[in-house]
Amino acid sequence: MVNRVVTGAHYGLRDWLVQRVTAAVMAVYVLSLAGWLLVQPQLDYDAWTGLFASNIMRSFTMLFLLSLFYHAWIGVRDIVMDYVHPAGLRLLAHVLVILALVMYVIWAVQILWGL
Amino acid sequence: MNRKRPKHLALHQIRLPLAGYVSILHRISGALLFLALPLLLWMLYASLRSIETYTALTTIFLHPLAKLGMLLVLWAFLHHFCAGIRYLAIDLRLASSLARARASSVWVMIVSLALTLLIGVKLW
Repeated sequence: MVNRVVTGAHYGLRDWLVQRVTAAVMAVYVLSLAGWLLVQPQLDYDAWTGLFASNIMRSFTMLFLLSLFYHAWIGVRDIVMDYVHPAGLRLLAHVLVILALVMYVIWAVQILWGL
Repeated sequence: MNRKRPKHLALHQIRLPLAGYVSILHRISGALLFLALPLLLWMLYASLRSIETYTALTTIFLHPLAKLGMLLVLWAFLHHFCAGIRYLAIDLRLASSLARARASSVWVMIVSLALTLLIGVKLW
């Protein structure tokens, strides 16, 4: 029996999975949107706002954006951990990124439902 | 363990395989897309807000510099997308052999650059 001391924050596997699930959600959304754009004979304001008129499309877009923001958090956090070593500076960078992403969530809701 | 081991990373002398460049470009394009987020959200806002803001947005994109900037973001997205699909394929063990990993890294570069060119030409 070996008592192994496991260190670390234990979010590795979860984040690995989240990064892939959010990527899959975004891929489905982007390919759907690209397909829609390809079949439009002429893209104008009416067609564009018409697409976003339904609650289904707004919700799908919100799901895409939430996936994007979570995906971006994991990616940017890993970049910061790789290149920013002083603890204070790293904390500041993390806080700024989190605040920006939370602001984007609020902004996204306003864009999609505040029209 | 000696914590102060010297490091000699002569970046300009390191020769990476193509998959290595695909990997570092995945990181660079991801960082670029994160930085472009406020701009992209503002574009979504302007495109939906009203016919006036929509028209103003299309006018901005008549400027060559705006088109060039958008082309860069487009490349960043397409590279990140294609390289990401490649990583998913590797996770599913569809491209985990060395030969397939090499071939797929070539395809990531070809497809992302070709699509950037194609969409760029269409938008211009």
